Amino acid sequence: MTHRIRPAFFSALLVIALSVPVFGLKLTTEGIALIVEGATASTYWIIAACAVGMFFWTLFHERLAAGWAASPNLPRILAGAGSFLTLPSTQRWIICTLIVVALVWPFFGSRGAVDIATLILIYVMLGLGLNIVVGLAGLLDLGYVGFYAVGAYTYALLSEYFGFGFWSALPIAGAMAALFGFLLGFPVLRLRGDYLAIVTLGFGEIIRILLRNMTDITGGPNGISGIEKPTLFGLSFDRRAEEGMQTFHQFFGLEYESIHKVIFLYLIAVLLVLLTLFVINRLLRMPIGRAWEALREDEIACRALGMNPTIIKLSAFTLGATFAGFAGSFFAARQGLVSPESFTFIESAIILAIVVLGGMGSQLGVILAATVMILLPELMREFSEYRMLMFGALMVVMMIWRPQGLLPMQRPHLELKP
Amino acid sequence: MLYFTNVSTCYGKIQALHEVNVEVRKGEIVTLIGANGAGKSTLLMTLCGSPQAASGSIRYEGEELVGLQTPQIMRKSIAVVPEGRRVFARLTVEENLAMGGFFTAKQDFQEQMDRVLTLFPRLKERLEQRAGTMSGGEQQMLAIGRALMSKPKLLLLDEPSLGLAPIIIQQIFEIIEQLREDGVTIFLVEQNANQALKLADRGYVLENGHIVMQGTGEELLADPKVRDAYLGG
Repeated sequence: MTHRIRPAFFSALLVIALSVPVFGLKLTTEGIALIVEGATASTYWIIAACAVGMFFWTLFHERLAAGWAASPNLPRILAGAGSFLTLPSTQRWIICTLIVVALVWPFFGSRGAVDIATLILIYVMLGLGLNIVVGLAGLLDLGYVGFYAVGAYTYALLSEYFGFGFWSALPIAGAMAALFGFLLGFPVLRLRGDYLAIVTLGFGEIIRILLRNMTDITGGPNGISGIEKPTLFGLSFDRRAEEGMQTFHQFFGLEYESIHKVIFLYLIAVLLVLLTLFVINRLLRMPIGRAWEALREDEIACRALGMNPTIIKLSAFTLGATFAGFAGSFFAARQGLVSPESFTFIESAIILAIVVLGGMGSQLGVILAATVMILLPELMREFSEYRMLMFGALMVVMMIWRPQGLLPMQRPHLELKP
Repeated sequence: MLYFTNVSTCYGKIQALHEVNVEVRKGEIVTLIGANGAGKSTLLMTLCGSPQAASGSIRYEGEELVGLQTPQIMRKSIAVVPEGRRVFARLTVEENLAMGGFFTAKQDFQEQMDRVLTLFPRLKERLEQRAGTMSGGEQQMLAIGRALMSKPKLLLLDEPSLGLAPIIIQQIFEIIEQLREDGVTIFLVEQNANQALKLADRGYVLENGHIVMQGTGEELLADPKVRDAYLGG
């Protein structure tokens, strides 16, 4: 154990050093003495406790780990539950239950909760789309938010200049995002790994900066506002309808309530997520789905089998972009406002975190992770200053505890007829 | 069936193959032996179109292959078992085989699957297992099985004995012989010259990118120069 003492001391010192930026402490010189500013007595106690805790942890954690491994009960139960949860049949049941719950609860939930749920669903859609690119085809895409922006602006511009409604613009937005995915994919897909990540990262930024600077068309940093909200077969959800239109509450003879609109938006989001899930599930069972995974495993072997890696990658890239386009146009419709600031790199990072956290390739995992990633910051508003710190901590804990993700994928089996 | 005529291949400025002439006739097992870096794998890869031949011609069943892209070549009833097996580690055995049959017509698919599974009963036991968790020998069987899924007339094998135990090598070679009896023409690139020449109808010896010797398997086995250089005297 003596050999652990030095690293233990070092860790404790590191805790103290790190506490300075984390707690926003200021070091100032007063004469020849160094003074710490901005700390109360309790802050000192917290830092001291953390340092002591870290000291002992570093000293003893090997023994603790050994003790943990020696007591077989806990981990085994966890592992059993984990593999049960990730079985395809279980996942199907869970998804069915989730769908029913998702369709029913908003009628009893509060307005704020439904609104947050809608936001979560947007991220689920984005996560599912990126999951194709990163989780299945293994192409690290850090500029995914670019396609999201393309979708959002497509609808915003169509609505602003040509008076398109949400439903007619939705497929166009998807197609535009797909086109951008295709155009970007063509030159960059010969790159691999880190290089691909950097180029896609650049692409995301280019889109954002382009949108900010094409002031004449996109309104620059102010964005586009007053985007039309979705309608239900021509019934709007506003208090008063425009001329020649009818509102939802008039048509059904209800009192006007603003929550109708929120629930309606939520239901559209559920619909879009279901559509995404359905399409991806179908694709996974088709040869192209397996080809994506095969490509992730071994590109050379794929070529040896006569497959064309470029086409397979391009299909994954384009399809992933399409779903981002759908999500983007829905986002624009929900907000009624788009501006370049909604499409910064941190959005790409959050979507990627959702995919990684959920377990690469796992759809249920993506849903769970999106819920966690969006809900946690909302629930912990008091700690909003430490939000990024918590993301970081969450990622570190995940990589240690469950590197394969919350609910890693167990792939559907191809069935052989006897 | 397959003719290399004066084929040269370069990696940048380095010429790896010098005017190579090789012929594979229908129903034969032809082996190509040579030391490390002699250009054996290069020859095979040139046939597959990656890298492209710098000059010369490769004809397969009367059709010129030089200038075609790899995916086009690999769909012409040619299948390759790449060096180092390269199975899809996280896919199951069954899915690996299915990937091999990616371009196989639907009505042939099941037939090919059955054929491969009869040839390799071991794979049948492990259909649901992930390929990466199997032993080297089993992975090699899977790689061969995967190549066979496309119903090839010509099978190219790049060092199938690489890193395998002698008893497994024996099995793999028996299977290769069996495949020939089923009518598959085989072009075998090997370092294990002894075994390969025993099996082969004809053989070529490659040295620094030149074909230095050719003949039937027995001739080469008996040749003192081959014995010295490749069979350990």
